[in-house]
Amino acid sequence: MAAPTELAAYLPPPLAELDPAWSRLVAVPELDGDGRTFHVLDTHAAERSDDPPQLTVLCVHGNPSWSFLWRHVIAAAPDGVRVVAPDHLNMGYSEHTGSDRSLAERIEDLCALTDALGIDGSVITLAHDWGGPISMGWAQRRVDQLRGFVLANTAVSRPSTGSPPRLITAAGSAAFLRTVTQRTTAFIRAGLALSRPRPAESVQEGFLAPYRTADRRSGIRGFVADIPLDENHRSFGALDGVASGMSKLADVPALLLWGARDPVFSEQYLHDLEERLPHADVHRFVAASHFVTEDAPVAEAFWEWVSAEDRPPRPALISDSPLRPTDLAASPLVVERHGDRWRSIDSEVFAERTGRVARGLALAGVKPGDRVATMIPPGIDLTVVLYACWQAGFTAVLVDGGLGVGNMHRAIKAAAPQWLIGISPAVAAAKALRWKGTKIVAGEMDSRLRAALKVAHSLGEIELMGEAAGGAPNGNDHPAVIGFTSGSTGPSKGVQYRSEQLAAQRDAISALYRIDSGDRLVAAFAPFALYGPALGIASIVPEMDVTRPATLTASALGAAAAEIDATIIFASPAALQNVVATARSMTASERAAVAEVRLVMSAGAPLRLDLLQAVAEMAPHAAVHAPYGMTEVLPVADLSLVDRMARGRGEGSCVGRPIKGVAVRIHPLDFLGRPAVEPASEANVLGEVVVSAPHLKERYDRLWWTEHRSLTADGWHRTGDIGRLDDDGFLWISGRVPHVISTVDGPVPPIPIEHAAERVDTVSRAAAVGVGPPGRQVVVAVVEIEAAGRSPLAGMTLASSIRAQISAATGREPAAVLVTPHVPVDKRHNSKVDRARVARWADRVLAGERPGRI
Amino acid sequence: MKVLVTGATSLLGRAVATGLVAQGSSVVTLQRRASEVDGTRCVQGSILEPEIVATAMQGCDAVIHLAARVGIVGTWDQFHDTNVIGTEIVVTEAERAGVSGMVYVSSPSVAHGGEPLIGASAGEADPGSSRGHYATSKALAEGFALSRHEKAMQVTAVRPHLVWGPGDTQLVGRIVERARKGRLAFVGTGAALIDSTYISNAADAIIAAVDRIDHAGGRPLVVSNGEPRPIAELVNGILSAHGLPPVSLRLPKAIAFGAGWVAERVWDRARLNGEPPMTTFLAEQLGTAHWFDQQETRRILNWKPAVTVDEGLERLAAHAKDKATEQRAGERASGGTNR
Repeated sequence: MAAPTELAAYLPPPLAELDPAWSRLVAVPELDGDGRTFHVLDTHAAERSDDPPQLTVLCVHGNPSWSFLWRHVIAAAPDGVRVVAPDHLNMGYSEHTGSDRSLAERIEDLCALTDALGIDGSVITLAHDWGGPISMGWAQRRVDQLRGFVLANTAVSRPSTGSPPRLITAAGSAAFLRTVTQRTTAFIRAGLALSRPRPAESVQEGFLAPYRTADRRSGIRGFVADIPLDENHRSFGALDGVASGMSKLADVPALLLWGARDPVFSEQYLHDLEERLPHADVHRFVAASHFVTEDAPVAEAFWEWVSAEDRPPRPALISDSPLRPTDLAASPLVVERHGDRWRSIDSEVFAERTGRVARGLALAGVKPGDRVATMIPPGIDLTVVLYACWQAGFTAVLVDGGLGVGNMHRAIKAAAPQWLIGISPAVAAAKALRWKGTKIVAGEMDSRLRAALKVAHSLGEIELMGEAAGGAPNGNDHPAVIGFTSGSTGPSKGVQYRSEQLAAQRDAISALYRIDSGDRLVAAFAPFALYGPALGIASIVPEMDVTRPATLTASALGAAAAEIDATIIFASPAALQNVVATARSMTASERAAVAEVRLVMSAGAPLRLDLLQAVAEMAPHAAVHAPYGMTEVLPVADLSLVDRMARGRGEGSCVGRPIKGVAVRIHPLDFLGRPAVEPASEANVLGEVVVSAPHLKERYDRLWWTEHRSLTADGWHRTGDIGRLDDDGFLWISGRVPHVISTVDGPVPPIPIEHAAERVDTVSRAAAVGVGPPGRQVVVAVVEIEAAGRSPLAGMTLASSIRAQISAATGREPAAVLVTPHVPVDKRHNSKVDRARVARWADRVLAGERPGRI
Repeated sequence: MKVLVTGATSLLGRAVATGLVAQGSSVVTLQRRASEVDGTRCVQGSILEPEIVATAMQGCDAVIHLAARVGIVGTWDQFHDTNVIGTEIVVTEAERAGVSGMVYVSSPSVAHGGEPLIGASAGEADPGSSRGHYATSKALAEGFALSRHEKAMQVTAVRPHLVWGPGDTQLVGRIVERARKGRLAFVGTGAALIDSTYISNAADAIIAAVDRIDHAGGRPLVVSNGEPRPIAELVNGILSAHGLPPVSLRLPKAIAFGAGWVAERVWDRARLNGEPPMTTFLAEQLGTAHWFDQQETRRILNWKPAVTVDEGLERLAAHAKDKATEQRAGERASGGTNR
């Protein structure tokens, strides 16, 4: 084996996105005796200013990489901030020393370099991959200077569980290692190949530039060989030291940025870091891979974190009564379908079972703050488990079957629960999809299957354990629930609520609909199905496939209503749609039971007026309500069907006045459809709907950047919806911020155009989207018709009647009317139009490209 | 104000001259045939003869230079002579005559090759990327004209995109003729968004450019109705205005492009007269989006199209109906004398 060659440092050639003015060679005298020379990207390379920067950001790359990795971070550096990104010795354009560098040496190198650069003020470190432990080694030696640190897809130790990164185990074979890392560029290319989409050719060139020859790649091989896979490795002690030194950083602000699709540093490394740094902010980029800086807007998120103020105050709570079954409890409390009969639980038994499950789970090892995924259909077991979690301070992760398997998998990966309680198909899915976490099965399961699926307990066993024990655990400092957004407007997001916020939501609903102990609830809407006990009223879950809300039949709804003489029905829009469609098959008694209810409430997605009217016909004595709100805060505003019809349709859908305790502001849109920082002071201004409410979520889960961007400076929630408040204080919703069409005449909301197009009889659904560059877009109406043929263009007659409707209602003329057999909508609610997807299709069609499917 | 309009026998030239007269300008026209626009002084002759150009320009405050060789038939020399040399002569003579404003009527094709244009801005004329003799010669000429923009004589280039209207033989005439012969098909899906300009809007914009030369000088401005439509909808609208059924035949883009490639070479080799049925340029033009950002043009010219696409189509239908009635009356009359 030839020894690594000594090679001098030099400046990089011109490369894409890399400003040559950043590059400098820095000699560090006395390092290794005679001194070494580093190549460093430095925003203050040219300046010898006496005015020291307020802050220095020290960027530390990993392997195989070089400071090129940080070009976007450097380019976005604000004034007064110095960014320094060195190439390690033997890497990039720095000097090649002729011998492999150990972790301890690299930490010393970095310390010596920052000394040579005169960096003695405040520093925030930013590191990726194996740059992580080097940066943390530096940070632990310079805690006094350290103002914060950011780690991306890295590790400070080998997690005790699981295997080391797969690529890395190759280091065991020296010959293989040499072939992959040094003889060829395979290692670099493999790393880049993980990125989706593939980095541009010029970017790949940039990463490969210093590593064109085998002798310049020796550092890559040496870097891989320095990963301590066992205790005898020379760098084992140094890495161990960095890992144990993390406790020194417990008070230093930290951010963990993570590409969730990284097969090298998988999420167990993130969880290891989170355990060591419980105070750290965390943001997972769901679609990003190992080179997270290439796959996600890391530079933007990083600088926003650096400049972020303290978290704004939360809205004051109007309720501090805990989320427990109330004393006024009804009997029966919860009723569910079991085979061909109903079974129920009364308040006393419910309280006993809840206590037993809470104690049993604690004995099984669940600690306050642990995350417990509940994959149980709404009913007695789910209600008991949830109230047990809330009593004991466990965080329930609500994995609603309505998310679909793909979103469910992503939800579990994002929330990373330590415990999974589910019915057998859910437990089987957990095994098949390799979800981490101890499995507890709800219901019966054959012992061989249990062993095969690695099920630790059954819910019955947990209850038995709880019977034996005495006092119940009690904790309230942790989120009560993590729920998930539908994902119809981007990837599904985890949302944390504290129990006070859930209690406030319960109180809001209770006050809004004047719920009292005489009410009995049919709960066919997943989140609200759980509030029966907390409201102190009986609730019943109708027979339905909860994974598909659209399977609730009118007959099943009627049977449930009849069983408890229901006064209230909560159901999702998709469920109601099917109820209306199957109304004819109801028996007389089922029909009578539904006709008796005093309130029908549906939420989660916009409801079509004709659907609400059909519901009103089935329940003639009922007030029909579709409150406006979102997973993050519900309800925001409310309006009965009668009032809604009285107000008609203006620019959008009227959703009522904000309910008591909720405040709504409108942040006006600028020419390009971007909401202003300051709210509008007048009525009838089109803008983003911004909300403050006691029942607003606590935060998004492991999505620091999303959370940061979703809040105004004063802590209000930016809904992402577009609307206006009219003179009477009624809120009108007309679309989503990213779906606003930015025309030369200013921003145009899509919903009024869609409503107009839907007035044409043959149109079952419409999507209005913008085509063209921002500020110059034209309006395009895409309509769903049964007779859509191969051509995406609407026929002359259809096009002109749709144009006429749109022009009459909005005064605008669409540039084109396109047809499709299916306008895509979200699976959970079957009603939110995926306008982004429609827009991409319309873009292709109208550019003259082959359109393909939407 | 006294204005010289070159090329006033074209549809657009006539509309510009008529519009100028209507607004009270004194108008001189210069072209080879008589212009027959009421209220104008007509000078007949070629723009390639500097003396005639100089005569026509005497005492003019402004020049609108429309005269050009258009279409896809002809040799490079023919296009170069009329469009490049002709423009050099007109611009040079205008400088000599002390004209203070010059509007060079150009085409968006001077700045663009075959790429889709989506909300595009005017862009600089580029003879290197423009396709075909017409666009290349216009690009050279526009570049020359704008390079002579000075305080003494301000020069602007106005590029109307796809002008159509009653009496138009270029676009409307060809579409109708081909449809009657059953030789009209859309390239691709026919959905490509296309900007177009109703004739009177184009004329108004050109006249506005004379009035607003202080703002428009030194830069090219694309002019359109600012109402992009799918090409099939526009074409079928034109057909419907002529009482013809919509065309639904569609030619895959690759095939159209290939056919154009072949036709161009066959026509070239065999020195065939007339236009090939398809060219690669045409295949791209018909199959890709072409629409422009009109904000800047409207602001600079302080102009807005007065006639929408739908209104334009109605006027086209009325015109076609009149013409058909005329024709029938003519047939009846001639039939009568024959008998």
